[in-house]
Amino acid sequence: MNGIEGLMHGFSIALQGENLLYCILGVTIGNLVGVLPGMGVLSAVSILLPLTFGMKEVPAILMLSGIFYGAQYGGAICSILLNLPCHPPHAVTCLDGFPLTKQGKGGVALGITMMGSAFGAAFGILQMIFFAPYIAKVAFQFGAPEICSLMLLGLLAGSTLAKGSPLKGVAMTILGLLLGLVGTDINTGVERFTFGMIDLSDGVELVALSLGLFGIAEFLKSVNNTASVNMAYAKVTMADMRPSKAEMKLAAFPILRGTIIGSLCSCIPGTGPTIASFVAYAAEKKISKTPERFGHGAIEGVAAPEASTHSSVQGDFIPTMSLGIPGDAVMALLLGALIIHGITPGPRLIVEHPDIFWGLIASFWIGNLVLIILNVPMIGIWVKMLMIPYKYLFPSALFFICIGVFAEKNSLYDVGVTLFFGVFGYLLLMLKFEPAPILLGFVLGPRFEENFRRALIISRGDMNTFIDRPISAVFLGLCALLVTAQIYVRLRPKKKASLIADVAEASHAADASGVAGE
Amino acid sequence: MLNDRTRDYYAGGLVILLGVGVAVMGERYQVGTLTKMGPGFFPTALGYLMAFMGVLIAATNYMNRAAGPAPADPHGGMKHFADWRGWGCIVGAVLTFIVCANSLGLVPAIFLCVFVGCWGDRNATMKGSALLAAGVTVFGVFLFWYILRVQIPIIRGW
Repeated sequence: MNGIEGLMHGFSIALQGENLLYCILGVTIGNLVGVLPGMGVLSAVSILLPLTFGMKEVPAILMLSGIFYGAQYGGAICSILLNLPCHPPHAVTCLDGFPLTKQGKGGVALGITMMGSAFGAAFGILQMIFFAPYIAKVAFQFGAPEICSLMLLGLLAGSTLAKGSPLKGVAMTILGLLLGLVGTDINTGVERFTFGMIDLSDGVELVALSLGLFGIAEFLKSVNNTASVNMAYAKVTMADMRPSKAEMKLAAFPILRGTIIGSLCSCIPGTGPTIASFVAYAAEKKISKTPERFGHGAIEGVAAPEASTHSSVQGDFIPTMSLGIPGDAVMALLLGALIIHGITPGPRLIVEHPDIFWGLIASFWIGNLVLIILNVPMIGIWVKMLMIPYKYLFPSALFFICIGVFAEKNSLYDVGVTLFFGVFGYLLLMLKFEPAPILLGFVLGPRFEENFRRALIISRGDMNTFIDRPISAVFLGLCALLVTAQIYVRLRPKKKASLIADVAEASHAADASGVAGE
Repeated sequence: MLNDRTRDYYAGGLVILLGVGVAVMGERYQVGTLTKMGPGFFPTALGYLMAFMGVLIAATNYMNRAAGPAPADPHGGMKHFADWRGWGCIVGAVLTFIVCANSLGLVPAIFLCVFVGCWGDRNATMKGSALLAAGVTVFGVFLFWYILRVQIPIIRGW
């Protein structure tokens, strides 16, 4: 199936009543989650994941994906109007978005954001239509060693390029891989790391792990510790959102550049929307003729990162859908959802499940359109949502977590497992570990081990098989390059002139602005 | 308790502990050889690798200790006080749910879970907590019992 045919097929799937309904439901929930300070995409997707088990796989995937990209629209509102970087990709938008709001131009900033988002998303989707089937075609020829090396690259990139210390990221990835091994070994039937508990012989539940790490741990961190919300400027109507001609002109090229940066970032495994938005901001500041305006309400500083976030969010789906290698924790969850629905992720997905792949792409178009409609005329409603205080939010969410985990297998034991990972996750947060790579490792763990074992059985225990095969060698070479580059950057941190330093600076500033409200 | 100078020693220590623990347990599951890998091979290898990461985390902390001033925000958005009330109520809410769903039924489980959770916030009031708990209970029963048919009786013993 080529692009046009596939897309037609996709629309015929995505426009079916049930699928359309769940797509709209997904983006609406996503937008709501994005707007609410203190709620994360990861916890929202995990809470809803068990509820999709009774559904067919297409509406389930459309809805869960909708939450992810829908939240990006909502997150921008939260950043620009309240100066709260509650969603990491939008943290950098605070830097110029909130000063604009203070100048009474919050509406314009949001208007530009919507334009940038729509453009970035459209570009990202086109990229997926053209590249994903092609990548899958190449990946058809991968054997066990190639899959192994590719997973290694994905895991390494996911753990070292994301936020925080790379060493800690790698440690967390390994922890995730190990957690993925808990339960009965498929090859020998030996029970590993179950500590004699029957409930663990099926392994740790994905939902229990992610809701513990990203739900309960996050609440333990945020309770009595949220920045006081400054609602003074959060008054926006639809009429305010219309930018002037001059502002449009100013934003046009930043949007274009941001989009391209975002789509490039999505090609590198492990660099999700957060990195994309920081790089876009730093690049925009670098090439600007008036860099001193940044941080005081430069419209470019809003346009570029937002466009970049959205093109990268859509591009993020490419490796997940075409290779079965997730780029970040949300994608890992989505991959987990596919597996739970009995679909094997990997290059065969596009051919074997065209309904899911093309239906998803078509639903992206529909979902983004719905989001624009939701956000432009109805902006007033979302602004009101910002006022829901955290003290009402987290107890309600706690209940949803409990019942969501329970509903998966009707097991209260899993609720206990969730609590354990919540407390453990908070301990990790206190020690400044980022828990996201755990989920990556967890989802890939069993497949990684299986392919590793298979590769070595085929080669009769010869480790050289990973280097002898050219494609595998290229992936391993990239791994080595990645590690070397990381070490190089760390050992010469004093060089301020590089783009990386700018990105680091931007992320520091964004972090600081979030804490400033305390 | 945890400042930037010492935090990574604890972090490295935890990783080493976990790694060695896993490796020791993994070795008991029959490691095998590269050609014929046993179920213990992968965990053992990963365990040692993880322990090595822990050593690196602690070592780089030692090397960085001298260099550079402390960052402006030493807590990185984390709490700088022991919030036993918040922690206790959140953990308590989940435990309440487990106990009540097992013994009392869905309605008391939802109500008490949300109610206990509410008291984690230092500005919680009796009225606000009760109202929120009641609201979530009504919504929760409607969604999870009436529509999604979750397998917990509304009130046990009925």
